[in-house]
Amino acid sequence: ACFIPGGLDCSISFVSHVLGKVCVHGRQKELLSFLVPHLADLTKSDWIWQRICWQLVEGVPDRWMEAVVLGFVQRAPGADVLSRLLGNLVVKNKKAQFVVTQKVLLLQYGHKTAVLQNLLGYLSLDSLRRALLIKVLQELLETWGSSSAVKHSPPEQQLYISKAILICLSHLKEPEIESCKQELLTSMMEGVKCHLDSSLPQIRRLGMIVAESISSKINTDGPVLKFQYEEDDEARELKSLLVQTPPCCVLPSLPDDDRNEKTVAAPPLVLESNEKSHPAAPVMPDEESDAELDSDDDLIPYDMSEDKELKTKAPVYIRECIEVLTSSEDVDKWEATVKALESLIQKNPAATREVSVELAKILLHLEEKTCIEGFVELRQRAQVAVLTTDPIPVAKYLTSQFYSLNYSLRQRMDILDVLVLAAQELSYPKSHGKTKHSGAQKPCIQLLHGSDSSKDWRRIVDERIKSKTRRFASGQSQVEPVSGPNEFNSVAGHFFFPLIQHFDRPLTTFDLLGEDHLVLGRLVHTLAVLMYLAVNTVVVTPMGKALLEFVWALRFHTDSYVRQGLLSCVSSVLLSVPTERLLEEMTEELLEAQSWLGDVVEKDPDGDCRRLALQNLLLMENLKKKLTADPS
Amino acid sequence: MALPPPDPQFVLRGTGAAVHTLHFSCGGQEPDVPILFSGSENGFIHVWNLKTHRVDAALDGHGRRSVYCVETMGSKDRLLSQGRDQRICLWDLAEGRTSVTDSVFTENVGFCRCSLLKVTQGRWLMAIAAKDLEEVQVLELPSKTSVCTLKPEMGAKLGMPMCLKLWQLSCGSQPLLLAGYEDGSVVLWNLSMGKVLSQLVCHPEPVMSLDFDSEKAKGISGSSEKVLSIWNFNEQQNLQVYKTHKLVNAGISDITIRPDKKIVATAGWDHRIRIFGWKKMKPLAVLDFHTATVHCVSFSDHKNPEERLLAAGSKDHRISIWSIYTQT
Repeated sequence: ACFIPGGLDCSISFVSHVLGKVCVHGRQKELLSFLVPHLADLTKSDWIWQRICWQLVEGVPDRWMEAVVLGFVQRAPGADVLSRLLGNLVVKNKKAQFVVTQKVLLLQYGHKTAVLQNLLGYLSLDSLRRALLIKVLQELLETWGSSSAVKHSPPEQQLYISKAILICLSHLKEPEIESCKQELLTSMMEGVKCHLDSSLPQIRRLGMIVAESISSKINTDGPVLKFQYEEDDEARELKSLLVQTPPCCVLPSLPDDDRNEKTVAAPPLVLESNEKSHPAAPVMPDEESDAELDSDDDLIPYDMSEDKELKTKAPVYIRECIEVLTSSEDVDKWEATVKALESLIQKNPAATREVSVELAKILLHLEEKTCIEGFVELRQRAQVAVLTTDPIPVAKYLTSQFYSLNYSLRQRMDILDVLVLAAQELSYPKSHGKTKHSGAQKPCIQLLHGSDSSKDWRRIVDERIKSKTRRFASGQSQVEPVSGPNEFNSVAGHFFFPLIQHFDRPLTTFDLLGEDHLVLGRLVHTLAVLMYLAVNTVVVTPMGKALLEFVWALRFHTDSYVRQGLLSCVSSVLLSVPTERLLEEMTEELLEAQSWLGDVVEKDPDGDCRRLALQNLLLMENLKKKLTADPS
Repeated sequence: MALPPPDPQFVLRGTGAAVHTLHFSCGGQEPDVPILFSGSENGFIHVWNLKTHRVDAALDGHGRRSVYCVETMGSKDRLLSQGRDQRICLWDLAEGRTSVTDSVFTENVGFCRCSLLKVTQGRWLMAIAAKDLEEVQVLELPSKTSVCTLKPEMGAKLGMPMCLKLWQLSCGSQPLLLAGYEDGSVVLWNLSMGKVLSQLVCHPEPVMSLDFDSEKAKGISGSSEKVLSIWNFNEQQNLQVYKTHKLVNAGISDITIRPDKKIVATAGWDHRIRIFGWKKMKPLAVLDFHTATVHCVSFSDHKNPEERLLAAGSKDHRISIWSIYTQT
């Protein structure tokens, strides 16, 4: 019962029922888009209408409560409005509490950020509800910090949870933070570890941003945690969530920057470039500003700006390079050698072939002696040059070293990158003696963001798929590029098979199937690329067969980066092996693969995996159709 | 906005070998042709006609061993050359002759260029690095009699003499010798007594070349490192370093002060010729033409100031001739 002006008693439980029924039948949009603004208006200043509204929602039967609450949360234009409309519903009603604190935050992740803001803001606005806010934060952090959640939940969900955490943090007041400081710290440490372990750069960055935010909240004085990561729109959006303009504040348009300065604490460990630093321009004592008059003044100097240090000449012979790189104390010469090495190798193929393995060994172990710009790229280009000049012995050496003891992960991944780049060069037709790459490739694979190269390859695979689909209107025909023999043909097997042979044999310092799943991921992607480049070679069929078996053995791997690689491998096999060979010699493997792909499409938590699997299934369909429709 | 440095006025090609020494003889009257003498690593001395820019004669007197010093004695017909065959040759070039009239066997296998000083008409002093390691010998020409032998005291450890300069304060006064040594010191010798008047360590490396301005009593030396050292005499008449100048690249082969004492030229291992104002060592120009070490620089003795030239000989077999700061 409730009171209305005039002293009459009335019950609005009937209205609640209607509201509930309409909502549960899926008509929240129509009803609430009318109702909510009206109620918002009415409840703005009229306390009685507020009570009426609360009674209204409280009276909704439990079985329809979820629909109603969700509807209100989504429709309300702000947390303060939601607060007026729902009152302490979440405290009074168990079902509502479940929906608000559990269902929307932890079990669903499709809602927009505004919804999260509404919901969490609502919880923060009343002292009775704030306890729930803290509880919610704790549960969110538990999920965020759980390694199995980080591994198995989709990136979209992880983003959602991260946003929710940041919004909660923005609402917490000092004393509340103080009281749960220890818990926050523990969760942060655990969580950041799981996130940094992930192979996906997006997850790593989420972990970094959230950890930084938590750190900035709990360490208001003293150094805070600071990571280095790419600042894009998503990162900026996340960071902006940490700042709340309280709705009751009447301060007109306080710029966000000011508040940012207050929330982000004192000296960060890594200095970001800020516009405020003015490097003091050094005042050069001008020799010629001597006031003394001298008769030299009638001798006018010429322009001497070209008078610079003389550069050391690089060696002209490959053997000289080897000598300089291994034993020379002259750092100028060493630098000049590193810079000139790639072109020297290209100009002296015969001389390089005499010492190819030795040179490959030196380059693999070459450390940066002085600070040269682009050292990593220079070394990689030289390695690729050696490998393309003398593919078979050098490939043998590199693949054997990949599985040897006492190499760092960096070196092993270097080997993979070099193999891929060299395979690329060898398999493309040379025009005018120089290799031309199709526009999609980068000449140097970026080593830091592992999955970037797989994105490139996905683009290329997509293009190839496009080229294999039939078009009924052909565009302008392109000039045929100059053709030459495929140099990759004779060496593809030497690149591929040694890499695939020992993956399941753990060494003391290197366990592909265990901890080193990042390297496994890179290896799988490398194999996919090598398979892709082996199109039109003689050895492509046994390669395809071996690769499908490899994929089969690893198909349930827990790391999504590895699975993406495995699916790329399947794409490469389907695209490179001639269709007749596929269907004749690999029928069983293909059938098995097909059923696995079907499973992946339905059940894999990772969106990219699902997409790749679907693509593969479509490819298989196309190939079958092509073969049955076009027997010639 | 400073002007870019000038290009060479012309380039003499055809020596066929690295050029180690140059000497101008342009003071003659018409119909005398201005001449440049060059000594090369292949043992030839080329006589360049500066009007036609061609070789008038090629003198072969050192058994195809490198010639590293050429000087004239009074006129262009009397030439002195020093080679790695341990010989100093005196030539008579008058009326088209090319004959060696006399020679001195120095027994020295080093690279130290001799220094000549005219004391009276027909009498010259010549300082050369002698047979023994640290010794300098002074001979009188044309008699070839030894005037003195300058030997540093025991334990001085100066090393080989690297460059020599005979000078006198004015005509008729005591001749003195400045010698730069392997240990980086410059020593002032009194010839009549054969004694060291003053010694100064100018460089941590051997002194490669030096030149001295007797009017201002100021000298300059260069070494294999990056610093040029300018020194003079203090109140006690001792040598003191009064200024240094740091270069961009290390190594100086030759230094020469122009006869009018206005500018100084240096020949660098970095292939560049540098010009400085002599009064304050103000850098004036960097002439970047050669593609290998510049071995020698020399100023011409033209009577007409506007015709004055600077020549530089390099390991790249070329001689560049420059007309620079001729207006002062």
